[in-house]
Amino acid sequence: MERTFRIYRFNPEEAKEPHYDTFTIEVDQTWTVLDALNAIKWHHDGTLAFRRSCRHGICGSCAVMINGKNELACEKLVASLKGVITIEPLKQFPVLRDLMVEQEEFFEKLRLVKPWLINHTSPPTDKERLQSPEDRRVIDGMWECILCGACTSACPAFWDNDSFLGPAALLKAFRYVGDTRDEGLDERVGILDSKIGVWRCHTIFNCVEACPKSLNPTDAIVKLRKRLVKEKL
Amino acid sequence: MKLDVTYHKHDVVVVGAGIAGLYAALKTSAEVDTAVISKVYPTRSHSGAAQGGCAASLGNVMEDHWEWHLYDTVRGSDFLGDQDAQELLVRDAVPAMYEMEHLGVPFDRTEDGKIAQRPFGGHFGNFGKSPMSRSCFAADRTGHAQLHCLYEQCLKHQVRFYNEFFGLSLIMEDGVCRGIVAWDMQRGGLHVFHAKAVHLATGGHARCWKITSTAMANTGDGLGLIMHQQLPLEDMEFVQFHPTGLWKHGILVSEAARGEGGYLLNDKGERFMETYAKAKMELAPRDVVSRAAQTEINDGRGIGGQDYLHIDLRHLGREKIMTRLPQVRELALKFMNRDMITDPIPIQPTAHYSMGGMPTNLDTQVLRDAGKDAVPGLYASGECACVSVHGANRLGTNSTLECAVFGRRGGIKMLDYVRAHAGHEDLPGDAADAAREQVEHLLSTAGSNGVRPVELRERLQLSMGENAGVFRSAEGLARQVQICQELRQQYRNVTIEDGGTYANSELTEAIELGNMLDYAYVIAHCALQRTECRGAHWRTDHPGRNDKEWHKHTMSWLEGDQIRLDYKPVVITRFQPEERKY
Repeated sequence: MERTFRIYRFNPEEAKEPHYDTFTIEVDQTWTVLDALNAIKWHHDGTLAFRRSCRHGICGSCAVMINGKNELACEKLVASLKGVITIEPLKQFPVLRDLMVEQEEFFEKLRLVKPWLINHTSPPTDKERLQSPEDRRVIDGMWECILCGACTSACPAFWDNDSFLGPAALLKAFRYVGDTRDEGLDERVGILDSKIGVWRCHTIFNCVEACPKSLNPTDAIVKLRKRLVKEKL
Repeated sequence: MKLDVTYHKHDVVVVGAGIAGLYAALKTSAEVDTAVISKVYPTRSHSGAAQGGCAASLGNVMEDHWEWHLYDTVRGSDFLGDQDAQELLVRDAVPAMYEMEHLGVPFDRTEDGKIAQRPFGGHFGNFGKSPMSRSCFAADRTGHAQLHCLYEQCLKHQVRFYNEFFGLSLIMEDGVCRGIVAWDMQRGGLHVFHAKAVHLATGGHARCWKITSTAMANTGDGLGLIMHQQLPLEDMEFVQFHPTGLWKHGILVSEAARGEGGYLLNDKGERFMETYAKAKMELAPRDVVSRAAQTEINDGRGIGGQDYLHIDLRHLGREKIMTRLPQVRELALKFMNRDMITDPIPIQPTAHYSMGGMPTNLDTQVLRDAGKDAVPGLYASGECACVSVHGANRLGTNSTLECAVFGRRGGIKMLDYVRAHAGHEDLPGDAADAAREQVEHLLSTAGSNGVRPVELRERLQLSMGENAGVFRSAEGLARQVQICQELRQQYRNVTIEDGGTYANSELTEAIELGNMLDYAYVIAHCALQRTECRGAHWRTDHPGRNDKEWHKHTMSWLEGDQIRLDYKPVVITRFQPEERKY
C-alpha cells in the first residue's frame, strides 16, 4: 500500500526558513510512523533528522506532531491515520534540525524541581523503608512519565511563557512530593510557588490529551497546589 | 574539511547512561569530578525498557537465600558463568536493592510494606525444587523506575552530562586508558575527554538481528571501542533469544506475563511446554522456551502454520492484567490491536540479550588477555561487559541486577583508583587522529556513488537470523562468516548523502553499522568454532553439551580481517557441572 508523508524540514545551518518535503512510499500494514520515517531516511533521503530508539514507547525519544497531534512515532500505526500524513517537530521547542528539537532546557527544568527523594531520617540499615501499598499507590500515574516532552509542548501556558516549568517537570515534582517517603516539600516550595511554578497552569488539560502514556499532569499540578496552600496555612 | 576539536578534563568519564553507567557515576560523583557521555539522553537508555523486575533474595514473600539464587544463576548459565562473579552478584543483590529503595525507586509493596516480589523464569527455591518469588518490581516498568531514579540522583550529585555524544575511540598510551574521543551528535565536532578512569557501560548488541527486542541504539559501539584497540571480547557466541517477542515487531512481551501465569499455546491450542519442560512449563529458562517455540514453528505448529505462537493470559482476569501487566497490555493493544484480557497475543522468539562482551575482573576492570592482566584506567559493566555472570544463558531479572551490582561496584572501585592517582597522565598529541580520520572519511563520501548503509545493514540482520539464530549449524555459520567478510569489504565503499557536521544522524548510523559488522563477524566466527550445545548457543550438528572440550570461555581478538581466538577456564567454586533439566 502506498502512503504519502508530508514532513517538516529545517536545517538552520543551511536555510532561514523551514519547508515541507513530500514522500510517497510503500508501507506494510504493520508499520508504525517510525517505521515509515526510517524507510524514508534509509531509502529516500539520508539527510532527514529525527530521534528514535526503543520502538515501543518507553524511551520517549520520538515524540513528534502527527497530523497536528503530539504522538510517539513508534506507537502510531500508519494504518490508523487517514490521507496524507503530516509530521512536524514538537511545537514551541526550538528546532535543532527537521523533527529534532532542542531539549537541554526541558531537562534543566526537571532539575529545578529537585527530582530526588529528600528524607531527613537515615533509612534502616540492611532493610528497606516500609511503605504501605496504599501509600505507594498515591504516586501511581506520576512516576511512569517517559519525559518525551509531548505535554509541555502542548501547554498554552508554556506557549505564553517558555520559562514556565511545564507539566512534565511538575508531574515529576508531585512524583516526589506525593511519595510518602519524601520530606522535601519545604525545599521545593520556592520553585513550585514561584512565577514559573504551579500557578502559571491554566488547567486547560492539553497536557492530559497530549500524553502518550495517558498520564494526568494537570491532576499532579492541582495536587501540588493543594499541598502548597496547606503548607502556607 | 577541518573538524573542530574541544578538550575536556574530568576525573571519571562514564560512557553510557543506563542503569550500570549511572550507578557508577553516582558512586564516583560523591567525591570526584564525574562526567557521563551518552549517545541518547540518559532517560532514553535501553535499561528503561526492562519490564519484569530485578532479582534479589530478600525473602519478602517466601523464604529465600542467596545460595538458592546462586544455584539458579549457575545452572541457568549452563555452568559457563564464573561462580566467583555469580556469588558476588547474588550476595550484593540484597544491599543493592535496599540501596535503590533508599534512593527512591518506587517498588511495588507487600501488604506489610516491604518491597514486593514475584516469580520469574529460572528462579526457584531450595536448589531448583520449589517455586520462588524473587523479582523485585515496579509494575512492569521496573527498569524505567530504576533508570529515572538513578538519573535524578546523578542530577542531585552534579554529574556533568554530555547528552547525544557518540564515543569514537579510546585514548590509550603505554597500555593505560587516558580518555575517550567523542562526536557531538547535535552541533558536530570532535571532543577529547581527558580522564583518569573511563567506564564503558554502552549496553547490548542484539541489533545485528532483524527480529530483536532491543532499541535502535543497541549497536554495540562499546565493543567497537574495545576491538579497535586490539583488546579482546569474551563469549561473543552467546546471545539470548527471548521466546515472547511480539510477532513481526520483535519488541518484548515481558516474561512477567509468564511469571504471572500466562500460557504458551500452539496452533492446536496445546500448552506445548509440556513436551519440553514438563516440570517448570512456561517458567523454564528462556533458552529452553525459545527452542521449544522455534521447534513448534519449524514443525508447522505455528498459528495457522505461520511463524508465530500465542501467549494466552485470559485466565488471569482483567484485574490482575490491569494491575500487574498494564504496559504489556498496552503494547499488544497499540501494536497488534489485541486486548490480552479477551484475546491471545501472537509472539515469536526475538534476539534479546548479549551474554558476551568485554571481559572484566570482579572489580569491573577491563582485561587485556585470557589471564588476569587488566588495562589500568579502563572499566566496564552492564550488558556490554562479560564479568561473566550469565555464562551461556541469562536468567530473567538478572540483567538489571548485573547493571546495579557491577555498576555500583565499578563506581566504588574507580573511586579507589582515582584517589590513588593524583594527576592526569599526559594526553598523547595524536589523541583525536583515529576518530578524525573515521569521521572525515565518511563525510567525504557524501554525494559519491557507493553502497548505501541500509543495504549492508539489512543483509546483515536477515542473514544473522537465518544462520546464527536460535538453531545453528556449521554450514550456516560458515556461510555467515563469509557473508560478514563480504559485508566488511563492501563497507569500505559505503557512502552517505549528508556531508555536513550539524545534527547528522546518517553519519552516526554509518559508524554504528561499522561496529555491527565487526562484532557480528566475531559472533559468527566464535559460534562456528564452538561445536557443542550450551545455553543459548545450540548446534544442531553437535547435540549435547561437551564439558570435556568446551567448558571454557572464548576470547576473541579482531585483527584486521582475521579473528584470533584463545580460551580461558571457567571459575568453579561451589557447583560442579551437572545435567540441566527443567
